[in-house]
Amino acid sequence: MELYELTVHELQKRLARRETSSQEIVKSIFDRINAVDDKVKSFITLTEELALQKAQRVDSAGKYEGIAGIPLGLKDLFCTRGVKTTCGSKMLADFVPAYESTASRRLEEQQGIMVGKLNMDEFAMGSSTENSAFFATHNPWDLARVAGGSSGGSAAAVAADEVPFSLGTDSGGSIRQPASFCGVVGMKPTYGRVSRWGVVAYASSLDQVGVISKDVRDNALIMNIIAGHDPLDSTSAVEDVPDFTTVLDGNVKGLRIAYPNEYFSQGVDAVIKESVKAALLKYEEMGAIVEEVSLPYSEYALPAYYLIAPAEASANLARFDGVRYGYRDFSAENVADMFCQSRDQGFGDEVKTRIMLGTYALSAGYYDAYYLKALKVRRLIANDFTRVFKDYDIIVAPTTPTTAFKLGEQFDDPVTLYMNDILTVPVNMAGLPGMSIPCGFNQGMPIGMQLIGKAFDEATLYKAAYAFEQNTGFHTMKPTLGVK
Amino acid sequence: MSKDYETVIGLEVHTELKTQTKIFCSCSTAFGAEPNTQTCPICAGFPGVLPVLNEKVVDLAIKTGLALHCEIPEICRFDRKNYFYPDSPKAYQISQFDLPVCKKGYLDIDVNGQKKRIGITRAHMEEDAGKLVHQGDITTTPFSLVDLNRCGVPLLEIVSEPDMRSSQEARVYLEKLRAILLFAGVSDCKMQEGSLRCDANVSVRPVGQLEFGTRVEIKNLNSFRALERAIEYEAKRHMEAIEDGEEIFQETRTWDEEKQQTRSMRSKEEANDYRYFPEPDLPPLKISREWVEAIQATMPEMPEQAQKRLVETYGLPEYDAEILTLTPDSLAFFDQCRQEYPDAKTVSNWMMGEFSRLLNQNNQEIAESKLQASHLAQMLKAIDDGSISGKMAKAVFEEMFASGKSPQVIIKEKGLVQISDEGTLLPLIEDIIKSNPGVVDDYKNGKEKAFGFFIGQIMKATKGQANPALVNKLLKDKLGSI
Amino acid sequence: MALSEKEVEHVALLARFNLNEDEKKIFAEQLSSILSYVDKLNIIPTDDIEPLTYILPVHNVFRADEVKPGMPREEILANAPLAEEGQYKVPKIM
Repeated sequence: MELYELTVHELQKRLARRETSSQEIVKSIFDRINAVDDKVKSFITLTEELALQKAQRVDSAGKYEGIAGIPLGLKDLFCTRGVKTTCGSKMLADFVPAYESTASRRLEEQQGIMVGKLNMDEFAMGSSTENSAFFATHNPWDLARVAGGSSGGSAAAVAADEVPFSLGTDSGGSIRQPASFCGVVGMKPTYGRVSRWGVVAYASSLDQVGVISKDVRDNALIMNIIAGHDPLDSTSAVEDVPDFTTVLDGNVKGLRIAYPNEYFSQGVDAVIKESVKAALLKYEEMGAIVEEVSLPYSEYALPAYYLIAPAEASANLARFDGVRYGYRDFSAENVADMFCQSRDQGFGDEVKTRIMLGTYALSAGYYDAYYLKALKVRRLIANDFTRVFKDYDIIVAPTTPTTAFKLGEQFDDPVTLYMNDILTVPVNMAGLPGMSIPCGFNQGMPIGMQLIGKAFDEATLYKAAYAFEQNTGFHTMKPTLGVK
Repeated sequence: MSKDYETVIGLEVHTELKTQTKIFCSCSTAFGAEPNTQTCPICAGFPGVLPVLNEKVVDLAIKTGLALHCEIPEICRFDRKNYFYPDSPKAYQISQFDLPVCKKGYLDIDVNGQKKRIGITRAHMEEDAGKLVHQGDITTTPFSLVDLNRCGVPLLEIVSEPDMRSSQEARVYLEKLRAILLFAGVSDCKMQEGSLRCDANVSVRPVGQLEFGTRVEIKNLNSFRALERAIEYEAKRHMEAIEDGEEIFQETRTWDEEKQQTRSMRSKEEANDYRYFPEPDLPPLKISREWVEAIQATMPEMPEQAQKRLVETYGLPEYDAEILTLTPDSLAFFDQCRQEYPDAKTVSNWMMGEFSRLLNQNNQEIAESKLQASHLAQMLKAIDDGSISGKMAKAVFEEMFASGKSPQVIIKEKGLVQISDEGTLLPLIEDIIKSNPGVVDDYKNGKEKAFGFFIGQIMKATKGQANPALVNKLLKDKLGSI
Repeated sequence: MALSEKEVEHVALLARFNLNEDEKKIFAEQLSSILSYVDKLNIIPTDDIEPLTYILPVHNVFRADEVKPGMPREEILANAPLAEEGQYKVPKIM
């Protein structure tokens, strides 16, 4: 096996045994990127020289602890000191931050080596990475199909073995959905588990940083590093971070698993439903208790999300006004025109749509009917989960209603595209941890199974995911990178 | 015409709270730094940043609320106030909308002997915006420069009920509020540095009408005088408009100090929908009763209590008490001086008189002055025991003010010791009498001027240092015995 | 819930976008479609429900009042489209 095909824990072993060096690993990674990225198009920015320099330093020091010497990719909305951070937008095409996000800093402190910034839907708004201002990312399993979004580049890069792991963000499904489409493991932890400092904000009460990896063990060991309280983020939880790798024992005897009937409705592809039901049978075989439940407010999560997220986003993106950074239209003769022209030219259509939607939902006369109403429905959705979690340990469901759709597929109605997130959004609304792992294929395209846990109980999710993974082996399957 | 109308005034006062760092980041709040040298990604509104609340800001907000007799609710939170302007980096201001830190307080004012209670609707915390520098006037400049040093400085916005009925009441309210803020130690209230800003809401209605008239907001009031003039101008403008049947627009106007008039500021297009919603990046605040009590325990003596003390304990007139308690520095100076020199009225006279004159002349605040309270006390004692005359004291005082030296040192250096020694004066007196027999005769013949002549001569001979009262006595005795 | 072009104009102004006539039409349609979809929330009775404004049951997150060095001016201005005399430069306000 090539170095670029290995997982983080496998690379750790090789380095510990001095069977390879960080420089060799990084070179292997860049060889792979050079070979496939013009087809997959995961990366917006590559930092080869910087990466090789860091690798050399790690090798010289000769100490391989944790993720020292191991390459990684970052979704392009993590602010990286001295490295362009575009958020997939023309608005920030040349923005170079002088500060670093906490999550990426923690990886850097452990000598992890960033190799580049990954493609995404503009400002995290989208479910296909087609909303990137630069180019779309292609699904490694079928290059004519989307990689999902908004963390499309992050998922595709891992699936294509361009990086062993990556960080993404998830506000309505943006880690889990692309992970599902690309057949990799994606974890969105509990809201507050990982610091949002230095992560360009989309929807402040929904955004969470998470990990995309080739297997569950990798995901757990990276989460160990990035999770934990950060005084720079007032919404960062003070909860202790357990060692998530210690629960990876394959034992799910007595685990109480609920599956909500609303997530197995007509809107979900039959093959996907079958695949997840088969997974539930597998769990039963392994000794878990599997029962059907109801989360009656499920169908209202998406409409409520499409009021809350745009509302918060409309305020978060207002700072892009051409004054201090970002795109400015210099032809404007006065400030009012400068604002309007710069924002008009710097933002794509989806971003404008959501900003206007959010502005409307907060505007005088509409606040109660829209924004406040959505917050109340949010409470009801969260209550549904609380009730179920009194009697169950985890919830299992499909991650997405379909497998990856074709690039360039026109949707007349924006809502049709939004429906991609219908199974993932409720989890963000309740602030709970959610994970997607591969559990099957439909005509060669990966199917993802979603695991949802209690607040701050990522450990049980990792445990359950690991048991399934080790008993099935979907994580060992790799795309051939041809077109179907 | 004005007899038929009543002016209704409410004031919105913004005060910078006296903390070392800004409200949501650890940048310094020091005034006067070079542009953009006290900024960081947080206060400059860069992508990906998050606010973290400075605890001291909440302490000072609670303290202010207590000083203004406000309720401090158990829960409060921050909201985003959304609007675009080059000095507002996030294009929203983190402020407090429906759950402010203080509610329902009051402030009592005294105008021409009439006491009146002005209600305080609320006080809330918010962050300041940056500064725009224009070439000339904002309406004619071709470009503007943005300095973000001030961005994020903590402000407390104090909103009064529309209880004021005259420009004078408004002025007295602002003066009283300023004194309270100074005494509570929450702000240094320097209007010229912008740490105290006032906007006025003015409307006019026919006397007897319950409904309020159209309200206009006036900004850019940079002094107490501007406040009074602007209110008077605006009230007159409203009354004239009503009389002429013209419409008064609800708008914001700016006070033009040069032209002494208000001008309209807002263009019609500008939508002022702030779209307030709860700030998701900041958890809400729970203010326990213990916290409030702990702050109450640190409350120093307020102007009203101090005035009462000065009147009742030291017998000062109310007027003196009011002047001496305008600032905590003034009160502290008085208290210290009076402690060493118990004649409160004399201390007061010197403070309101000479001290005040010299401070104004030199454009100084008491805190900046070299004059020490105990030195003034020592000087007053020196007058009492005759070491210096009242006349010489003025010169000594001026020197103390200029140099900060003690009266003893100054008296010695300038050789100003008053001669009160009979042994020194008598020979002198006898000498002068001997040398002027003709004047003695004039005196004997009832010419009063003669006496004055002798005083003058003695003063001349002693370079003004002779104790006048003693000279008077000795001279009279001597002349009487001839 | 249909949004008129006039309403779109108003919202676009609040959000500081310059939309041409075609764009106003298209955005009006798109926004109306989404708003129709979110209207399904109206069926749910929520009078007695407390809004879920904050996800975590946390209060009083504070920082000490201690000065820390900020960002040097060159870095704060490094991404500025236009700067002069150590400040951001913008065209006239009025």
